[in-house]
Amino acid sequence: MIRMNEVFKEYANGTKALKGVTFELNAGEFAFLVGPSGSGKSTIIKLLVGEIAPSDGEVVVNGQDMDNIKMRKMPYLRRTIGCIFQDFRLIEYKSVYENVAFAMRVIGASNKDIRQRVPYVLELVGLEYKAKARPDELSGGEQQRVAVARALVNNPKLIIADEPTGNLDPARSLEILLLLKKINELGTTVLVVTHEKPLVDQFSQRVIAIDGGRIVSDALDRYYNYESQ
Amino acid sequence: MKVNRNRTFYYLKEGISSIFAHSLMSFASICIIVAFLVIMGTFILLAVNINSLIGDLESENIVLAYVHENLSENDARALEPVILAIPNVTSAVFISREEALQSFIGRYDDTDRYDDVDATWFRHRFAVYVSDVAQIAETQNSLRYIREIATVNANLAIANGLVTFRTVVSWVSVIMVAVLLAISLFIMQNTIKLATFERREEISIMKMVGATNSFIRWPFIVEGFILGLIGALIAYGATWSLYGLASRSVIEFAGFFQLMPLSSNVSVPIFLLYTGIGFGVGVGGSGIALNRYLKV
Ligand SMILES: Nc1ncnc2c1ncn2[C@@H]1O[C@H](COP(=O)(O)OP(=O)(O)O)[C@@H](O)[C@H]1O
Ligand SMILES: [Mg+2]
Repeated sequence: MIRMNEVFKEYANGTKALKGVTFELNAGEFAFLVGPSGSGKSTIIKLLVGEIAPSDGEVVVNGQDMDNIKMRKMPYLRRTIGCIFQDFRLIEYKSVYENVAFAMRVIGASNKDIRQRVPYVLELVGLEYKAKARPDELSGGEQQRVAVARALVNNPKLIIADEPTGNLDPARSLEILLLLKKINELGTTVLVVTHEKPLVDQFSQRVIAIDGGRIVSDALDRYYNYESQ
Repeated sequence: MKVNRNRTFYYLKEGISSIFAHSLMSFASICIIVAFLVIMGTFILLAVNINSLIGDLESENIVLAYVHENLSENDARALEPVILAIPNVTSAVFISREEALQSFIGRYDDTDRYDDVDATWFRHRFAVYVSDVAQIAETQNSLRYIREIATVNANLAIANGLVTFRTVVSWVSVIMVAVLLAISLFIMQNTIKLATFERREEISIMKMVGATNSFIRWPFIVEGFILGLIGALIAYGATWSLYGLASRSVIEFAGFFQLMPLSSNVSVPIFLLYTGIGFGVGVGGSGIALNRYLKV
């Protein structure tokens, strides 16, 4: 599903964001990627979705080697990945329903498929009754659930969430993580990036810890142990 | 092709709805297209009118070819086809020595002073009209080669003046249009840059969920197309009414001169030019501005 092998990333300004990152995430797995601010978490996400290219090393996502991918193929790879971000990234002037349907429209789905699939994912995130609302009429937690529905709607194999709870209070944050875990139970591979230790502590899941561009720990429940060393 | 019909409908719907969703930007784009087209149209119409004015002056700028006095009036008249055979000559009007005398006397008030002037003192002559004043010297030489023509009198000073005037007008028009084009392209580019900047989130979401570049581009092309068309139509209407207004005031204040009527051989090319530029600026502009965001 995801394989990073000795990956280095140096930005144009000389910042060495990753210094030899190696990890794998298999199909059906759920994992947290944790680490302090500036440790390289978002850089890993950007490499996985092909937004940037590695300076060295191997990045494979859903069977595709990101080094050899042609620009024309990139959209089709991205359809196999659902992305969620801290700032929700909803379109302000579209309704909840349209925001989710939009993700299907822009990859050319038929109206029939859209009418079937959108209500289903809205129900899954518990927002079917807010379908006609606009994003600014929703709470932060509800907006993020719309973003989760959008990430899900094209039935991706992998969901990547970069600090999905960064703008939410603890209760809403837990709600989102429980929702992502539920989606994982339904068969989707999930990678969640966060730096909120209390949140991660509540789950008994794999935790990959990164610091200064290097993986410092990768185990079940090890985030706590790593922090206290 | 059910899917394709779906897509075409999607492009149209997205393009049209985004015109309303970003109404301020749409309004700004239309204004710039209208302003540019109206100013450009004004210059074109001005140039067309100046050209037709020059054309009028040219047609009056005649060459006089005097016939040898030993030729009879009939022999002199017989020279007409020979003169007409010269390149650049459009027509030749025969003026007999009697007519020449009458028109000479007619120029003065005290006609009895010339009672004793005899028509035989004058030469028969042809008033020769040319199509291009720039070649008037060559035409004059060709006329001199005809043995029966005694001498030729062309007004070279006026001819040269007209040629210079026409050259200046052409250059000024070209420079004005080029400057206008540069200015409006600059403004348009920035307007569209702002418009796409406003929508960078939307575009990045489309990229994120795996939309192809062409799928992202089409709604913008539809939008640019519609904005360009609206701008062109408004500009055409505005030009039409401004020109009508100008024509009426020219007739009122300068009765001796009138603007060319907006006949179809002027209005149709202008309409096509407007819609063409409207589409070009609308579609091309949004396409170029989008490229920045599609390279991710
Ligand atoms: N586009 C960029 N250009 C230069 N440096 C960058 C860029 N993006 C991130 N960085 C730097 O790379 C390092 C890792 O950043 P990032 O991956 O965003 O960390 P995190 O998401 O863990 O907070 C930081 O030092 C950051 O300043
Ligand atoms: Mg980050």
